[in-house]
Amino acid sequence: MSTLLDVEDLRVTYPTRTGVIEAVRGVSFQLGRERLGIVGESGSGKSQTGRAIMGLTPPQAQVSAKKLAFDGIDLMAASPRERRALRGNRIAMILQDPKYSLDPVMSIGRQIVETLRAHERVSKAEARERALAMLEAVQIRDPARVFDLHPHEVSGGMGQRAMIAMMLIAGPELMIADEPTSALDVTVQLDVLKILDKLVAERGMGLIFISHDLRLVSSFCDRVIVMYAGKVVEQIKASELRNAQHPYTLGLLDCMPRIDADRHPLPVLDRKPEWAA
Amino acid sequence: MSVADNQAAAGRGSAQAVAVLSAIGRFLAIAVTTYLGLLAVTFFIGRVIPIDPVLAVLGDRAPTAVVERTRREMGLDLPLIEQFYIYVKSALSGDFGTSVLTTNPVMADIRRVFPATLELATLGTIIGAVIGVPLGVLAAVKRGSFIDQIVRIIGLIGYSVPIFWLGLLGLVLFYAKLQWVAFPARLDVVYEYTFTPITGFYLLDAAMQGQWDVFYDAFRHIILPAALLGYFSLAYISRMTRSFMLNELTQEYIVAARAKGLSETRIIWGHALRNAAVPMVTVIALSYAGLLEGSVLTETVFSWPGIGLYITNSLQNADMNAVLGGTIVIGSVFIAINLFSDLLYRVLDPRTKAR
Repeated sequence: MSTLLDVEDLRVTYPTRTGVIEAVRGVSFQLGRERLGIVGESGSGKSQTGRAIMGLTPPQAQVSAKKLAFDGIDLMAASPRERRALRGNRIAMILQDPKYSLDPVMSIGRQIVETLRAHERVSKAEARERALAMLEAVQIRDPARVFDLHPHEVSGGMGQRAMIAMMLIAGPELMIADEPTSALDVTVQLDVLKILDKLVAERGMGLIFISHDLRLVSSFCDRVIVMYAGKVVEQIKASELRNAQHPYTLGLLDCMPRIDADRHPLPVLDRKPEWAA
Repeated sequence: MSVADNQAAAGRGSAQAVAVLSAIGRFLAIAVTTYLGLLAVTFFIGRVIPIDPVLAVLGDRAPTAVVERTRREMGLDLPLIEQFYIYVKSALSGDFGTSVLTTNPVMADIRRVFPATLELATLGTIIGAVIGVPLGVLAAVKRGSFIDQIVRIIGLIGYSVPIFWLGLLGLVLFYAKLQWVAFPARLDVVYEYTFTPITGFYLLDAAMQGQWDVFYDAFRHIILPAALLGYFSLAYISRMTRSFMLNELTQEYIVAARAKGLSETRIIWGHALRNAAVPMVTVIALSYAGLLEGSVLTETVFSWPGIGLYITNSLQNADMNAVLGGTIVIGSVFIAINLFSDLLYRVLDPRTKAR
């Protein structure tokens, strides 16, 4: 399997008045055209890892890595211009909540077309055709109607499909999905996941799926990275999750209610300072 | 397209038309209510202030019989509610009585002075918005930088320096010393007899009649007071733009726009400012309305024969018809600007479209 993304010793720090906050502390992994899940609690650094790969950390953040390469391109050495050319074109990102991540005053169709026209020279008519085809690919039944709607006029599930369409239209090879279903209704979550799964498989893309839901990730991904306090504590194949070693992973697995057993009181997640060391 | 589809489309179309009509109806209802409220307030102010309109006309040495007769002629012996009815009726037909000071009908006076104010305020607002909005955007994008500090200082000075003082300084420098602009007035005396205004907006009138020498002269007269008012609205507009832009730039859709690989230019001007423009409409409209009523000081310093100067003079001479008439006209324009900005708001923000 060829390596699409190579991350070695990635660090993201934020200097503040009261000292340096280390959001990501030496994360390393490799990714081919597969589905990798990154799991952790709030503040574990999983989202920051995704944003650092995209080059979308805020200006005050300091990103360093021994190696951060996408398809042989050294991202640490790339100019802002080169990284922008990659974004949306070869590496794309799905954000959490379509209510906030879609521009409220621009029609959905124009937002999709915008991605395409940022990277390819296409005519207006062709861009529209391809956007409509993309809307159809994310299983929106009436693409021509949805094309002209504004974000507030569609449901959360529909909005997230539009988001996927917007990020996939330029044909990226790597997709970073940052909690793509956390803001959606449970009933819609599976639909959106299926669409994402299908498109990723069809197009042979690499996927980084960031979530706090270990079970969801393990059912959806090939491999899982568990993060705690900015570090990777365990890296494991999803199919072998029940053989996980690290007490934190076991804790994450164990703190869920089960439908067939009385689990009262639920065990609380253990957090030991030595794991963060 | 099938028949059913066609019917559905037609249904959507007529439903939309109904929605638009009901929105317009609501607008008119709001306008009429506000206008009646304005009339009521001005009427009662006119009644409770300790100025006797009869004495204002006749002076305090008139015989009692004459005073009584004039009081009847002016309708002041009628019940209050009837007086209000007459007041509303004449105000709606544009009749605000006669000015004691100028002996003209108040409406004729206002028609003469109001365009002067409107022209000045419009030019001032255009200057303020055209410079203020980009400055505010720049300050927000380069937050904490040198440019940001400069913009904030410019804004602070605009907020805190008295306008008449700055106006006088401007006259000393640009008129007396450098002679770049003309003296305080609307036109040179030479043109007073060769130029007949149509709309009362001198720049527009001169351009329409092709009298470019008049246009140039009017421009030399208006540019300093307009720049001054423009500076004051710039101070306000740039600060508000900055804070609206800072707010928009932290939104998630900006991250999404970056993730799409858009250029910074497109993100700032196409997404962030497009969203910030929605509240900016209200800010600019309010600052425009503020210039219409509040440029008395500027009009005084620049001998600008506008409505601010007119009302102030009338007030000092207890000329209540003129004061109330001027107040009503300014109030009406205020209402109109507010309604217009509400309409624009709906155009800019699809979330507020008629439902």
